[in-house]
Amino acid sequence: MSESAGFPTPNLDEISPQEQPSNFLARATGVGSGVVQALLVPTLALLVALIFGAIIIALTDIDALVLLREDTLGALGQMAEGVWVAYRSLFLGAFGSIYALSETLFAATPLILAGLALALGFRAGLFNIGVNGQMIIGGMAAIWVGLHVQLPAILHIPLALVAAILAGAVWAGIAGLLKARTGAHEVITTIMLNFIALFFVEFLLKTPVFQEPGRNNPLSEMLPVSARFPKIFGGDYRVTIGLLIALAVVYFVGWLLFRSTIGFEFRAVGYNPTAGRYAGMKVAWLYILVMGVSGGLAGIAGANQVMGLPPYQVTQGFAGSIGFDAIALALLGRSHPLGVLWAGLLFGALKAGGRLMQAAAQIPLELVVVVQALIIVLIAAPELVRAIFRVPPPEKEPTQLTRGWGGKR
Amino acid sequence: MTAISTTQVTIRATPEQRRARVVGVILVVLAAFVFWAFGLNVMGDLNAIFLITLPTDRFANIGWEINTRTLAYIVAGILAFLGGMQLWRSSEKRTNSALAIGLVLFAFSFLAWAAGGKSFSLVGMLRSTVILSVPVTIGALSGIMCERVAVINIGIEGQLLASAFAATILGSAFGLWAGVIGALVVGALLGAFLAWLSIRFRVDQIISGVVINIFTLGLTSFLATRVLAQAPDLNSAPQFGAITIPILADIPLLGAMFFNHNWFVYVMLLLVVILHLGFFYTRWGLRSRSVGEHPRAADTVGINVFSTRYRNVILGGLIAGFGGAFLSLSQVSRFEENMTAGIGFIGLAAMIFGRWMPFGALAAGLVFGFARALQQKLGILATPIPSEFLLMTPYLVTIVVVAGLAGRATPPAADGVPYEKQ
Amino acid sequence: MSLELKGIMKRFPGVLACDNVELHVETGEILALLGENGAGKTTLMNILYGLYTPDQGEVFVDGKPLQLSSPADSIAAGIGMVHQHFMLVPVFTVTENVILGMEPANSLGWLDKKAGSQIVKDISRRYNLEIDPEALIEDLPVGVQQRVEIIKVLSREARYLVFDEPTSVLTPQEVEEFFRIVKGLREDGKGIIFISHKLNEALEIADRIVVIRDGKIVDEVSPEQVTKEQLAELMVGRPIELVVQKEMAEAKDKVLVVNDLVALDDRDHRAVDGVSFEVRAGEIVGIAGVQGNGQTELIDTIMGIRMPLAGSVFIGGQEVTHVSPRDLHRIGVAHVPEDRQASGLVVDFTVTENMILDNYYVRPYSKSIQMDWRKAEEAAERLVEEYDIRTPSAEVQVSTLSGGNQQKVIVAREFDRDVKLIVASQPTRGIDVGSIEYIHNRIVEERDKGVAVLIVSSELDEVMALSDRVLVIYRGKIVGEFDPVKDSTTDIGLAMLGGSK
Repeated sequence: MSESAGFPTPNLDEISPQEQPSNFLARATGVGSGVVQALLVPTLALLVALIFGAIIIALTDIDALVLLREDTLGALGQMAEGVWVAYRSLFLGAFGSIYALSETLFAATPLILAGLALALGFRAGLFNIGVNGQMIIGGMAAIWVGLHVQLPAILHIPLALVAAILAGAVWAGIAGLLKARTGAHEVITTIMLNFIALFFVEFLLKTPVFQEPGRNNPLSEMLPVSARFPKIFGGDYRVTIGLLIALAVVYFVGWLLFRSTIGFEFRAVGYNPTAGRYAGMKVAWLYILVMGVSGGLAGIAGANQVMGLPPYQVTQGFAGSIGFDAIALALLGRSHPLGVLWAGLLFGALKAGGRLMQAAAQIPLELVVVVQALIIVLIAAPELVRAIFRVPPPEKEPTQLTRGWGGKR
Repeated sequence: MTAISTTQVTIRATPEQRRARVVGVILVVLAAFVFWAFGLNVMGDLNAIFLITLPTDRFANIGWEINTRTLAYIVAGILAFLGGMQLWRSSEKRTNSALAIGLVLFAFSFLAWAAGGKSFSLVGMLRSTVILSVPVTIGALSGIMCERVAVINIGIEGQLLASAFAATILGSAFGLWAGVIGALVVGALLGAFLAWLSIRFRVDQIISGVVINIFTLGLTSFLATRVLAQAPDLNSAPQFGAITIPILADIPLLGAMFFNHNWFVYVMLLLVVILHLGFFYTRWGLRSRSVGEHPRAADTVGINVFSTRYRNVILGGLIAGFGGAFLSLSQVSRFEENMTAGIGFIGLAAMIFGRWMPFGALAAGLVFGFARALQQKLGILATPIPSEFLLMTPYLVTIVVVAGLAGRATPPAADGVPYEKQ
Repeated sequence: MSLELKGIMKRFPGVLACDNVELHVETGEILALLGENGAGKTTLMNILYGLYTPDQGEVFVDGKPLQLSSPADSIAAGIGMVHQHFMLVPVFTVTENVILGMEPANSLGWLDKKAGSQIVKDISRRYNLEIDPEALIEDLPVGVQQRVEIIKVLSREARYLVFDEPTSVLTPQEVEEFFRIVKGLREDGKGIIFISHKLNEALEIADRIVVIRDGKIVDEVSPEQVTKEQLAELMVGRPIELVVQKEMAEAKDKVLVVNDLVALDDRDHRAVDGVSFEVRAGEIVGIAGVQGNGQTELIDTIMGIRMPLAGSVFIGGQEVTHVSPRDLHRIGVAHVPEDRQASGLVVDFTVTENMILDNYYVRPYSKSIQMDWRKAEEAAERLVEEYDIRTPSAEVQVSTLSGGNQQKVIVAREFDRDVKLIVASQPTRGIDVGSIEYIHNRIVEERDKGVAVLIVSSELDEVMALSDRVLVIYRGKIVGEFDPVKDSTTDIGLAMLGGSK
């Protein structure tokens, strides 16, 4: 054998002019990075984002701004106090009491589910931005079962969940099918499907099948008690079995990705679909399957929004911005089920605290969105965070590639 | 080299042939539908009046009376013929034209039905088509600018939104031109940001784009609530009026369609021409395209791949900013949360549809503009179709386009791939 | 007048690519830089071309030191490089590619396309390089594309030309033509560096030969005074067999039969245009041909990656024309794909995960819906041992392995089955000689066990050395069958260009 190779050396003559087709979206979304990275970088990112958030709060304090010229120190003091009040209520709202903690868990539940939907997609190289639409469709399916079937709770709830899962799976599956058969990029198709879902549901909510009788708005009827998630701590605490379902799903996704056979295929295809094809994997079918499972998870999240909190009915915008928060979550959690769980709890804290912040300090809830967006920026550019904090890079420097519009590959 | 005696010879269809067959079937089905729904099912004396001039034109309110049923029969016949041709044999170019003509005719027949017994401003709808196509075309042009140097820009939506916001605020506070400049600056800044993330840090470009979208949505919504709600003066931007081009504006249909708009539309048309000439006839264009197709080759002849990409992406941002200014300073004077509602993504679909060519983007933009105009007009006509389904139309069309019913297209070869110097 | 490199040192993480390299070439001279894959030749040339900066050492042109921080600097100094993988934009015309970077244009930037075309025509005439200025690169055969690269380099008035593995994509006839061009350039007073791992060619064309091994210049010899065996030993560091040891084949039943196969490529052209051949048990059939004549599509179609338009494929009597890759694996077909990193491996997976890439879904690696990682790890360790794969463990990412070891992972995975047919595409492309030897020997071993082997390679030497029968593919058709012992490379080369026997 070659004597020079006592240890494997990279072949220096093997530099091809075009980029190697290796992993794709998977890299940028943290797939493959270790647990330490998965916890360290997000925490630092959150810190930086909160600092930016503070700056934004300060700069949009109109009263203080007006005062700036006359009484600079006083104005700055006012700004600082504004930030202090804001963040203090943020913290209290998230962790300040048992009730706050339960609110955090309560808010985290749908986030964890949606985040897992996205993380699963990322693992297979798919960017499922359509979680929003899938949640809406899933929620509608849950409502339908809830309103039109009479069953005791122990059957009613699972049935509604199954309906939500199937509906979400089908809705996402459309995008998966389009990708598999035509190569249409799932980012565009799922975004379009989001809008279509929105309008579709608006339409459905005006039909007698769903609409609350006696009302003219697009609202559904309220769910009977048998179809509502029971609270697990009782009383004022809003946490329902939804949390338990979310935890179960965390375990399920972990098992799916790392212990199941099909998970192996998901990951292979996520890193290198060509190699998967040559190895005999049915790549097209896997895309549909991944989107389906991802959509199903989103469906559960949607069902949670309907069955897990008052007013137990579908209204416009019941899915909120959860679908988009989930993107940040999956990135934050490096597409790892445990990372997503951790990130979901963090974001739940932000949400719970944010509500108190809005009430107590008059800071609009959208600031939380801004903070989240900043987090995505920092997460998506780990080098940026590392540069800010001078954290050494991991053993292997990831390259990030997108597959483009699917024209050739 | 002896072959085994039994050979099975199965000829399978090429993808082109398959698409022709699909299109053929669609056309035939449409033909049948038109024949039944707009023909047989309709009273023989139902007429629709298509107005082809505006009430404000020199030759006002000229109408064109059409019998719905007759039109339907004619259209059905043509569709059936086209469909039959596709099923029998075709080439890719003919498939595309057949589909385009078929859909236009179908829309026509549909309108004759929907407007039955009433008068319907065809010219108004066509005029709306052009206006509504502007943000789509602008989005597509911005996309082309970026993708021709192989940077995917999903953040066009965010750029449009943010620059619209800037235009509203600055326009309300300091006047029209301040609004325009503000929008351009914001667009360019966001472009620079996208370029920075994607080129310097090699962030996955789709993620950079999504980041921009989420960030701008959150920030503009936040600021709208926190700032605009308390200062409504900042949320009422002046609007540019229409500039009529003499003589040309009096041509019956085309005049109102193309020569009676605010200056944004004219500049957009100019941009299409400039970009086309730029990309295919100048040194700048050759170098940009080389960076998009084979960056390493460009590098080895001394072209700076990174600065080319930065420059083009920032220019793309400027174009998007222009689109934002158009929205705020000529369409609506109030900024609403998420007022762009997916237009940026439709622009991307138009870019793909238009094969990454400026004129293609214009044509595609018009198609989408038509879909949106159709949706608006049908709403007014109070057809039995629920308004929500009409609202879905542009998004459905986008899916159909992206799914390749309009044929496969090849993006610039290095699209989406960050460049690494060694 | 000369181009000199003095004391060049270049280090990459974990490896010394250039170790005190000294080199010079005069104008009017052809220098061959000879070394095996991975020896560091391309790194050196990239330094010369401004793509890398050396850690130490300098480059001199005509005695003056140069600062080479980008290709523009090298071009300005009169150094031109013709790369192994062409730096041509496929969708541009010849003219557009040639003028890129120094376009004739007016002050506004408007391109003067006629002037550009004229530049191409002038050079083409002066150096006898026939070319159509308006042709699209993607429509041109590879040998002609190379001419465009040469024209590009000459248009920048290069005095020193560096050719990096220029003949790897050419037929024997095209290689002759290329040599004629290079000799013409030498007569014109250019200094030429010819980088290659092909001994024969260095011996034929060079005025001087320099051998590089593991980043060091080992020796400088004159072609008249050295034998092939001596050169080979210099390149690898030990005496090696230049010929694969094998006995005559004992071919038995037909295993693979291909009938009138027709398939399209990605641009909907007929890449495979009515191909028929067969491979018997216990024989190695090699398909020779210049890259781009349909071999890739042919193998993809046989292996179920691509659907044929017409024709049929039979393996062991069973029809498998429309069967999936997985089913082919099941009936005992092993496939070593052409591009190991794109199609053969998931580079981010561990060695273990790659080892079971073909059969992860059956026992013992997978029980119903769950994976049994322990069994997988055991199997991987066994194979790493058996195939002498150099890796610290089976749990590292395959991307950290060298090319040769990566290829061995694929070979180990594929050959470890109950195999009836082996299909290997470019099995030893870009890997070190030790691994090449190993893989060749393994293939012959399998043949002797009664396996049918189909090899596709654009390295004619490899095909000739390994095969019992050689088929030549040209424009999607099999244009000749040859006996590697009796028939000459010239005849085969002629077939590769479309000429008949």
